[in-house]
Amino acid sequence: MTQPIAPPPKKNPQVRSQSPTRPPEVRSRAAMHLTAAAAEGRFSLQRCGECGVVQYPPRDACGACLSTDLPWEDMPEGGTVLAETTVHASPRLYFRERMPWRSGTVQLDAGPTVLAHLHGDVPRHARVRIQARLDHSGQGVLIALPAQDTPNMEDDPLMRALSADPKHRRVLITDARSPHALALTRALRQAGAAMIFAGEPEGWRPYPQRAALEAEGVEILPMDVTDTISVQKLAGEIGGKTDILINTAQFLRPGGVLDRGDTGFARDELEVNYLGLMRLAQAFGPGMAARTADGVNSAIAWVNLLSAGALCNAQPFGSFSASQAGAYSLTQSLRAEFRSSGLRVMNVFFGPTEDDSWYQPLPPPRVTSSALARAVVNGLQRGLEDVWCGDIAMDLRDRFRRDPKVLEREMTMGGEGA
Amino acid sequence: MGRPASYDGVALVAPFSTNYQRYSIDTAHHWIATALRGSLRAAGIGPADLDGFSVSSFTLFPDTAVGLTQHLGLCPRWLDHIPMGGASAGVALRRAARAIQAGDAEIIACVAGDTNHIDSFRQLLSSFSRFAMDASYPYGYGGPNASFALLTDRYMTDYGASRADFGHICVAQRENALRNPNAVMKKPLSMEQYLAARPIAEPIALFDCVMPCAGAEAFLVMSEDAARARNLPYARLSAAIERHNAHATDPIQLRGGWTMDVDVLWEQAGLGPGDMDLVQTYDDYPVISVMQIEDLGFCAKGEGAAFLRARDLTIAGDFPHNTSGGQLSAGQAGAAGGFIGMVEAIRQVTGQAGETQVRDARTASVSGFGMINFDRGLCSSAAVLSTGALA
Repeated sequence: MTQPIAPPPKKNPQVRSQSPTRPPEVRSRAAMHLTAAAAEGRFSLQRCGECGVVQYPPRDACGACLSTDLPWEDMPEGGTVLAETTVHASPRLYFRERMPWRSGTVQLDAGPTVLAHLHGDVPRHARVRIQARLDHSGQGVLIALPAQDTPNMEDDPLMRALSADPKHRRVLITDARSPHALALTRALRQAGAAMIFAGEPEGWRPYPQRAALEAEGVEILPMDVTDTISVQKLAGEIGGKTDILINTAQFLRPGGVLDRGDTGFARDELEVNYLGLMRLAQAFGPGMAARTADGVNSAIAWVNLLSAGALCNAQPFGSFSASQAGAYSLTQSLRAEFRSSGLRVMNVFFGPTEDDSWYQPLPPPRVTSSALARAVVNGLQRGLEDVWCGDIAMDLRDRFRRDPKVLEREMTMGGEGA
Repeated sequence: MGRPASYDGVALVAPFSTNYQRYSIDTAHHWIATALRGSLRAAGIGPADLDGFSVSSFTLFPDTAVGLTQHLGLCPRWLDHIPMGGASAGVALRRAARAIQAGDAEIIACVAGDTNHIDSFRQLLSSFSRFAMDASYPYGYGGPNASFALLTDRYMTDYGASRADFGHICVAQRENALRNPNAVMKKPLSMEQYLAARPIAEPIALFDCVMPCAGAEAFLVMSEDAARARNLPYARLSAAIERHNAHATDPIQLRGGWTMDVDVLWEQAGLGPGDMDLVQTYDDYPVISVMQIEDLGFCAKGEGAAFLRARDLTIAGDFPHNTSGGQLSAGQAGAAGGFIGMVEAIRQVTGQAGETQVRDARTASVSGFGMINFDRGLCSSAAVLSTGALA
């Protein structure tokens, strides 16, 4: 039975913070597909397109018939532990710091035998559920979980290492005025977040949810992502205790190029959606990246809320979509820059929302703020990199993956013209 | 399967082992050269007379056998590089023997050696194989300890072997090693110490694991006529087998490739397991020695632990096993770990083993096992040696 983690004691500022260490990162190109699926919370392996044999480890040719047609396919999660060991010595620093470490040989219902990290509640030679998770190097690894959920199983050291669980962690919501701030606060509280900060631009301007946020115990602090000084000031105050940052700041207006008479809104879109992200990252990023091995409430994740229009320009929000594409690309750079620290970058893509008034003229389906908040918390608990929230975001993702050019053509259909 | 031709007329001579050193500031080139020179000197042969060269090593990078020819000033007309770890000696020998029989070369040196710098073992593990890189190294292993722990766990579960059974092997080998001046381990080991050792990867504990070290092993292969002309003691190669990636669909490795070829081995040798005066198994972990005893037909599957428990495995015992202490007590000098049993067996059947000599040793089996590519060892080899000419 997993012992629940106690809230961490107050930090002694005279004690050195642990430097982040990492499990091995290098993988073959084939193995990166396992990572790519794990980034979305899927467990996927290659199945030979000709003879149907499921392969592991990832291959470039079928181990049964030499076919090179090896598509990836989501696999059933069941398996049986054939053997296990508890490792007490490893030349790899990351594991050395986490000894003893349990792992096992698991025969998958899907066919092959795999090595997997074993959850502490898995009995000897038991049935297990296999999941693919991203480790501290951002690579996919397999974990074997008990066949049924056990109490506090998310507090097992393995699960803490392979997630960005908000439990006992301190979260900064960058824009308290976001229509999603209140729902996020409630979901994070329910997930056991220790403290929630929210940045507030233009504090002189009243808004209805402020009282509700205060009632939830959110500490509201002045910050405007378009104002470098204010971002640096808040990072100076709470940067050292920001474990998860959720960037809710977003400037949204309809319009593309020709139907706007000037670049005013485009400038605002870039100031908030692109440069705002950069300002936040420059102010909060280095401090968070240095605190990724800081115990139970280590810095763990950077969360971006992005429109699915980041993938392909979505009318009538042409210029906004461009800012989202820019921001999306910037998050990929952030991922690369945070990689060696182990700080996770999670992107949550969503379509038109119920609670943002600028989407009012669009037909359903729409995403509610509480659904978005659930997606954020669930993604953190599962350690995901990419979360697709709502039917429209998933539809765009699937069409984009099928053929990006076809999607573009569909999304840019003209009206009857001369 | 067709019956392979015999290895008649092939002589194994001039066995040489360097001392083993826990850490070395020298390179693999240094250790390989040392063993090569030792072997050539023992045979009274100069480097210029050598026309065949076979090398096994993990730490030669960026060189291969090719670079070594220029580095060491050799001019062979037959050259081989055997990247098969613990199975190297048997494989190198098979190929060299055929080259001698065919006349492609007259004197072939088979050498294996590696250095061990501080941190070089960790670096070797991190780039050992693609499957290890993708599917075992990220799980905290940093080497074969955990892979063998898993096999050992399953073996103990299925066949009822105990830690003490493995201890019986390790304790006897330590006793043998105390007579081998090259061995890294110099102190006796008791069963109590074995059982009380700290766990490394449960159920494997400290004395189940080899000590990585630096060192090299070498021997020469030539025709029996050549050996006799030079008045050299030599061993005959009575039989030899190799196999790779056997039993690929076994969910976990409880047997090795020997099972596929064991009948060929004994038929070719014209001998049986009961005829062996001593046995050298590949012993990076004791469980794999037990599997070899079973898979080579000394006893039935699953009975290896009981078979060994009932026997005295020391040099003077009724079942002399890994007489130089094996890797468990002499140390694992990288690829030389694949040669240690072969070189010792040549010494034994030619009466040159000195302190570790088994009385009247005329026959020996030598088996090798290597390369945990992902979850199991892929290469297996075995050979039967017999006395050609005693020293």
